[in-house]
Amino acid sequence: MTTPRYAVGQRVRITDRTPPVHHRVPTYAKGKTGIIERVCGMHGQPERFVPGDGKPFRRLYRVRIPQSELWHAYEGAPGDKLDIEIFEHWLEPAK
Amino acid sequence: MTDHDHSRTFQPDHPEPKSDAALIGLALRELLIEDGVYSAEEEQAMIARMQGASPENGAQIVAHAWTDPAFKQRLLENAAETIKELGFDLSPLEFTVMQNTDTVHNVIVCTLCSCYPRTLLGMSPAWYKSKNYRARMVHEPRLVLAEFGVEMTDEVEVHVHDSTAELRYMVLPQRPPGTDDLSESELAALVTRDSLIGTHRDLGAQG
Repeated sequence: MTTPRYAVGQRVRITDRTPPVHHRVPTYAKGKTGIIERVCGMHGQPERFVPGDGKPFRRLYRVRIPQSELWHAYEGAPGDKLDIEIFEHWLEPAK
Repeated sequence: MTDHDHSRTFQPDHPEPKSDAALIGLALRELLIEDGVYSAEEEQAMIARMQGASPENGAQIVAHAWTDPAFKQRLLENAAETIKELGFDLSPLEFTVMQNTDTVHNVIVCTLCSCYPRTLLGMSPAWYKSKNYRARMVHEPRLVLAEFGVEMTDEVEVHVHDSTAELRYMVLPQRPPGTDDLSESELAALVTRDSLIGTHRDLGAQG
């Protein structure tokens, strides 16, 4: 177990890249900014399961993003949110 | 050519595999059994266990949470460990329970595929796996919920949970009013599958 790089409440940006392997970051979330909702456990990297066994395991987080940040013309209520699971190597600090 | 015994992997009520992919799947399972990775009996037991799971499992957890505040508190803080008290175990997946309140409505989707807590809810409904639900629930949740008959004012925040990796989710719906006299099993009977996914909100109304 490594020490989590991010803490609950910290602002993070999901990096916008598309490696040519299986990965579990949907396009709609790439490049978006949210806060760490919770720090989850260590899990195998989706990108490393076909060429290997998912190792080294990576820290998983739940990132909370306002719907208005995700969608340019979101028509729901201002408080609507989306929580999504993102691995640490897909995150970078945000202001 | 060897004389293969398909009876170990082939269930008699299944149709003959028609596609190459189905044949490869069958061949792979036979090889895994021949090589002793697991036994035919273990495979059958796993299939039976998965087919035997139903939303009654999730409903049992909800009814217990409604009647035992300490259990509910533990469930919301650490669902994966707490459901073991009732004999359920999703490990190595993480498991979390999201509580609906007067001002929050939770709903679950897996945009990338169709992740679903099968152990607690049984097999997922076809619409949960549809591209329509997966694409639209993250983008226009209130419209999709309205199509399921769930309409809320803007006072209620909609929280969408996209199950993209190693967590599985279940919604803890609100206990309907006027149910103080009901037993735990009577309460469990009120809980619908859709209320555990979040596409049904008001259990006091007939869904």
